[in-house]
Amino acid sequence: MTDAYIVGVDMIKFGRFPDRTVPNIGAEAALLALDDCGLTIQDMQALYCGNLGQASGMVGQRLLQEIGQTGIPVVNVANACATGATAFREGWAAIKAGLYDLVLCVGVEQMGKGLLGGAGGGTGIPKEGLLGSGTMPAVFAEAGMEHTRKYGTTFEQFAKVSVKNHHHSTLNPKAMYQIETPLDVVMNAEMISYPNTKLMCSVNVDGSAAAVIASEKKAKELGLMDRAVKVRASVMSSDPWQERDLVMPDVNSCTRKAAREAYEMAGIGPDDIDLVELHDCFATAEILHYENLGLCGDGEAGQFIDSGASALGGKCPVNVSGGLLSKGHPLGATGIANIYEVSTHLRGEAGQRQVEGAKLGMTHVIGLGSACGIHILEKV
Amino acid sequence: MSAQPLPVVPYLKIPEDGEPYLEGQKCGNCGATFLGERSVCSKCGARDQMSAVTLPNKGELYAYSIVHRSFPGIEVPYVSAVVDLEDGTAIKGNLIDVEPDPEKIPFGMPVEVVFDDALGRKDKDGNSYLSYFFKPAS
Repeated sequence: MTDAYIVGVDMIKFGRFPDRTVPNIGAEAALLALDDCGLTIQDMQALYCGNLGQASGMVGQRLLQEIGQTGIPVVNVANACATGATAFREGWAAIKAGLYDLVLCVGVEQMGKGLLGGAGGGTGIPKEGLLGSGTMPAVFAEAGMEHTRKYGTTFEQFAKVSVKNHHHSTLNPKAMYQIETPLDVVMNAEMISYPNTKLMCSVNVDGSAAAVIASEKKAKELGLMDRAVKVRASVMSSDPWQERDLVMPDVNSCTRKAAREAYEMAGIGPDDIDLVELHDCFATAEILHYENLGLCGDGEAGQFIDSGASALGGKCPVNVSGGLLSKGHPLGATGIANIYEVSTHLRGEAGQRQVEGAKLGMTHVIGLGSACGIHILEKV
Repeated sequence: MSAQPLPVVPYLKIPEDGEPYLEGQKCGNCGATFLGERSVCSKCGARDQMSAVTLPNKGELYAYSIVHRSFPGIEVPYVSAVVDLEDGTAIKGNLIDVEPDPEKIPFGMPVEVVFDDALGRKDKDGNSYLSYFFKPAS
């Protein structure tokens, strides 16, 4: 089976573009990724397009109507916040299977402002605030409080995640925000769902990211190996049965399962990873995933953030892009934006926020419900 | 419009003569319990092994969040709680009769399930609803 290589990858600067269309926002990233490897849409043999908000709207085909209707097969993908990673993985799988030598994967989202989620629906009366809360900040607060229950993790430790990621984003011109948020600012921001304050919630933004994946033969033939990034592992999982998962969405078991399988596929362990972009949809979530991804032992995540291990310059920098907390979280784009970030470090092109000597990196996303997508990437 | 309040969820049962209760479905093969009707167990995959069980009214607080911002029109703050009932069934709802302060809400706190009007909410036909809540066990 051939190896698969990312030969072109890019993202747009995340922001708010209410006057543009979803395909138009996606088309911009698609062109950037094609430019990154000097190829054109005519070179692409298939398009995998991830978008959540217009899942029934044929976004991939409309994207091609903006940049070139070549007649290639288009697969539109929706998988909650794992949408982008799923689109990428479908492209990867097609390359691995030998169906194609060059594919384009795009993730795009246009978001409104405000709370996502909500308990119940359908008939009768609204259940939000009656049968607890189904808002995302509350759901991830409860997941964080489970960690507090087990290990005594504090509000301050959760808040430190946000301080770190906001700091990282000051070094990333493509992030939504470049604003330092000291600990007291984070902890004193409006409380949304304890222990998540407003600055501990990811930012709803519009954005897109895209990647061109090539077979080894094609990447060599086109002379694109110099900046190529090898996909060492691509794994997805859904949530295995857990005793509380029907009332408390479980982001842990599916991440642990996918991480285990990804390390096995890549033939490496967590200690080999030089940087991680993980799914910090809320500050509480990042703490959980330090342990879920094996970056530290169970019960050690509070100490891990306290020690600076996950900060730029630390043992294993996490979310040096600014993460979903400050770079922003355009749902369907996030999974490919993460791949862009890690690839950029592996290529040594990350500028001020460069993780020095990065050779292996990991991306992780979770779509609540749940879908987990993990990729391990390597500098060739 | 119904003369009697309607159940807020299908697994809240209101007998004609007797107290309201929560009903679970228990898998005869692996013992997992679920809220709501189903025919296949999502833990073990067994088919047609489900039987209705009356869920206990006592349990303990597993995890929670104090919700300060919700959708427009929803009164805040309130405590969104995940409770483990005595038989191990997990259920989510509002924890009432506590101060919305993490210092005052210990994990593992014994709670009981109580039934009351659904905060005055009515559907478009004007029907009232009966809901369940958790409160600290006396």
